[in-house]
Amino acid sequence: MNLINLNYMKKLYKILKQKGLTKEQEKLILREMNFVSEEHKPFEKEFHRFSEIYYQNDYEKILQMQLPKLNPMLNLQTLDELLHRDKLREKDGFPRRIRLGKLVKQGKNGKGEVIIVPTTTEPKFYHDNRVTEEQDEGEMGETGGSGEEGEGEVLGEKPVDQQGDGEGTGAGEGGGESHDITQEAFDIGKVLTEQFELPNLKDKGHKRSLMKVEYDLTDKNRGFGQLLDKKATLKKVIDTNIILGNVSADGELNLDELLLNPQDQIFRILSKEKVFESQALVFFVRDYSGSMQGDPTEVVTSQHLMLYSWLVYQYQNRVETRFILHDTEAKEVEDFYTYYRSQVAGGTQVAPSFEMVNKIIDENNYAKDYNIYVFYGTDGDDWDSSGKKTIEAIKTLLPKINRLGITVAKNSWTTANQTTIEKYLEKSGLLHTHKDVIKIDSFASTNVQEERVIKGIKKLIE
Amino acid sequence: MQLINQHTKKIMEESKIYAAKAGLNFDDETLEYIVSNKDMINLSPKVMIPTLYDYWVNDVEVLKGQGKYKVYPSNPYETVINSRPAISFYNDNNPDWLNVMIFYHVLGHIDFFQNNYLFEDTWNDDFVGQALADKRLISEYRSKHGRWTDYVLEFSRSIDNLVGYFNRISKNVDTSDKDASSMVNFYFYNFLQETENVADYIIFNEISRYNDLIEQDKNVGETIFFTEVKKKYPEFQSAYDKYINKEKEDIYEDVIEFIRDNSPFLRKEENSWMKSVINVVRNTSLYFSPQIRSKIINEGWASYWHNKLFTQDDRISGHQVAYSKINAGVTSISRVGLNPYAIGLRLIEYVEDKANKGKMNYLYTSLTNINEKEKYNKNLNEGQKTIFELRRKFSDFMLINTFVDQEFVDLHNLFVTGQRFNKQRQTIEYYVKSRKAKDYKKMLLDSLYDPPLITVDTSKTSDVNLYLVHKFEGKQLVQEYIAETMVGVEYLWGGQVQLETTLIVRKKKQNGESEFEHRKILYTIKDKKVTVKNL
Repeated sequence: MNLINLNYMKKLYKILKQKGLTKEQEKLILREMNFVSEEHKPFEKEFHRFSEIYYQNDYEKILQMQLPKLNPMLNLQTLDELLHRDKLREKDGFPRRIRLGKLVKQGKNGKGEVIIVPTTTEPKFYHDNRVTEEQDEGEMGETGGSGEEGEGEVLGEKPVDQQGDGEGTGAGEGGGESHDITQEAFDIGKVLTEQFELPNLKDKGHKRSLMKVEYDLTDKNRGFGQLLDKKATLKKVIDTNIILGNVSADGELNLDELLLNPQDQIFRILSKEKVFESQALVFFVRDYSGSMQGDPTEVVTSQHLMLYSWLVYQYQNRVETRFILHDTEAKEVEDFYTYYRSQVAGGTQVAPSFEMVNKIIDENNYAKDYNIYVFYGTDGDDWDSSGKKTIEAIKTLLPKINRLGITVAKNSWTTANQTTIEKYLEKSGLLHTHKDVIKIDSFASTNVQEERVIKGIKKLIE
Repeated sequence: MQLINQHTKKIMEESKIYAAKAGLNFDDETLEYIVSNKDMINLSPKVMIPTLYDYWVNDVEVLKGQGKYKVYPSNPYETVINSRPAISFYNDNNPDWLNVMIFYHVLGHIDFFQNNYLFEDTWNDDFVGQALADKRLISEYRSKHGRWTDYVLEFSRSIDNLVGYFNRISKNVDTSDKDASSMVNFYFYNFLQETENVADYIIFNEISRYNDLIEQDKNVGETIFFTEVKKKYPEFQSAYDKYINKEKEDIYEDVIEFIRDNSPFLRKEENSWMKSVINVVRNTSLYFSPQIRSKIINEGWASYWHNKLFTQDDRISGHQVAYSKINAGVTSISRVGLNPYAIGLRLIEYVEDKANKGKMNYLYTSLTNINEKEKYNKNLNEGQKTIFELRRKFSDFMLINTFVDQEFVDLHNLFVTGQRFNKQRQTIEYYVKSRKAKDYKKMLLDSLYDPPLITVDTSKTSDVNLYLVHKFEGKQLVQEYIAETMVGVEYLWGGQVQLETTLIVRKKKQNGESEFEHRKILYTIKDKKVTVKNL
């Protein structure tokens, strides 16, 4: 990681130490600094998986055909069926098998996107090739090769993708149309609401939806107008001629015989349209400090993606979103993709992120017009153990928003204890005084199943 | 899906004549279809068998390549189905010359399917027809038993990679010792060596005593022999009886069959239909077993023949350049990566060359001088004969294990590519890890399909407990899936199931080096609750 960041962290650590740190707190900070300063082996998934011999076949090699990739989103009708079946499994006493919330990266270059696909696995007794009896743990993924180079010589390299590499496989390989996340988010939101019985939003009543008027060529008019609607006109012409007996069901159509009545011309005409403005504004905020690496990040981003999908459905697409990441400082990123992909950075200070949310809301005067939701994901660490600034920022924030949902995805080493953030939130009393607005869901982030994540969502939005 | 037109069929038939002349051996009848992209969407989840049963997992994306599970074996897609008659699929709009090449490749596959011993059990069957019957059966069950049909399908599929394919095909070869009775075999192989653990000279003495008695009188020699034995070892008779009983219990091909025939749950009248579902899954898996074990040799064989036959065919004229390009795309050795077509083809050519020069003997292997080795040529010209022998008797494993040697690796400049993380440059480097044949062979073998060997310990199994044993072969099982898989097995057995398996545990020594412990553990599932304990 970069040195500037590390120096900043060291400085911060010094200041904090002068103010006095508990042993526990110090351990936590050192752990994170260590984490950042240490060079870390990239994730397993960063390593290239070579295409295995069984995936190469005559269709692609000899016939030069592309084997079609199954796109589960094409089968949404069957998805409903699948989910229904999955629900029955529970009744029948078997674990569910359809999993949602897998994030799949599409496209290698430029902007990738994140989508959810229903996935499953076929569990069997398989040999596990990940566990080997080799001395060097850093090595992985052997394959063949040919050429003149001597042993040890490097053939090529690829930079470790700072944005991380995608989870999941298959579905999206090989490009295709780029999808915006909202297209699928709506469907998934529907599924989440209906199949997983997430609650529908209650109208809080104190916010009014905004109406805006726009002019668009949507109305149809016979005889005159701005734009000829050819298809509708043709239909009308045929209609008229059927009445006149020029067109019969069995005879051949003779175009010359058709009569054209000027009144049959259908035009599009400018008209007033009511347009709803976004009703919901959602802030997704997450910690991306060193300690978030791995499971906590995975859990938080999965949950946020599903939350986003659910809100898109609830507000029928009228949702605006802002994405904020923080380590010791907060920064806004432009899309969910970046929000999801951004790899861990430095130390942990929570306050700047909430200050930033406040600032964005105030500057744009959002509080007046929007239902505002803030979802925050963390592993529960904060270098500032008193949380004074954070509590202050949250206090300013609370009156302006409908919901602050905090996900604490605990790391393995903190699982047993209450985390720093939980402690100071508890101490501040906010959880009681504002229990309608603040919801907190805390769980260990290792081996989290989708069900747990979805249950967490229920907790955050009920 | 429609049949190819008459014009193209004629090209196919002509190709058959040339292929047969060259020595390939296949049924006259074949069916060729044109498939559209839409057909492919329907066919590909069914591994190109149009009549395979429906199953919901095919509608969902199956997470196959997560992490580093390397061999998540999906059955290989072939453009030819091993059925009677052989069916092959093509896309429209190929120029005629290209079709000639493709047909030669396909004929190579058909020849392999119909002559290689791995496929012996499929020779008398038409799988496509069988699959259709199975599909109808399953949809009939579905209308009768609803989603429970799919549960049984799912649970059977969860153990379908444990089919005893090799047990099945080894039955085709008679290995029994016809001269001696089972009691004699038991006495010498099991009783003396394992139970009594006597010294070697005693065994030799006993053998000559036995031989003498048999020579004196063929009919009663054995009885006399055992009278003596029973005097010396009073426990012999009971040990033998026990052995025979156990033998009887152990005669099952695989775990699936054992469950099907012995499960108290399936024994119930109302559940007997489930056995048919299990059979369908098992037979399907058995059908694909030879295919997945011969990917490299089969593709190599087909590539060898499309190249050999097409380059000698008049119909190539004018298209040599275009052909070379396509052929190179199919059979060139990857700079980095593994191309089964290339490796298979090179190995077959390598064997052919060796056999032609008479290098397949001990004398040649014992030569150490490189110049002598290179010059060695006995002009035996046994190449063709030998590679036909290969296609009759070899699998991927045998081909690689027998013929990947240093000479082969050096000949084609092969190496093992490794990946490592470069801290300074923050990159992942691909580098030449090894040029040793030993490592290259290991890498190849590691990439082959390799399901675990799991058997039933009948002595610990009863109606209320099924005891499975995973034979440790240097690899542990994917732990995440064990519990989920056992849920299905428990359902099929209708009671507690236990699985004995082995974990590889890495331990860091003081000096930083790693030590490995093989820890035996026991999974138990009862009422869908899984517990693990050390053994």
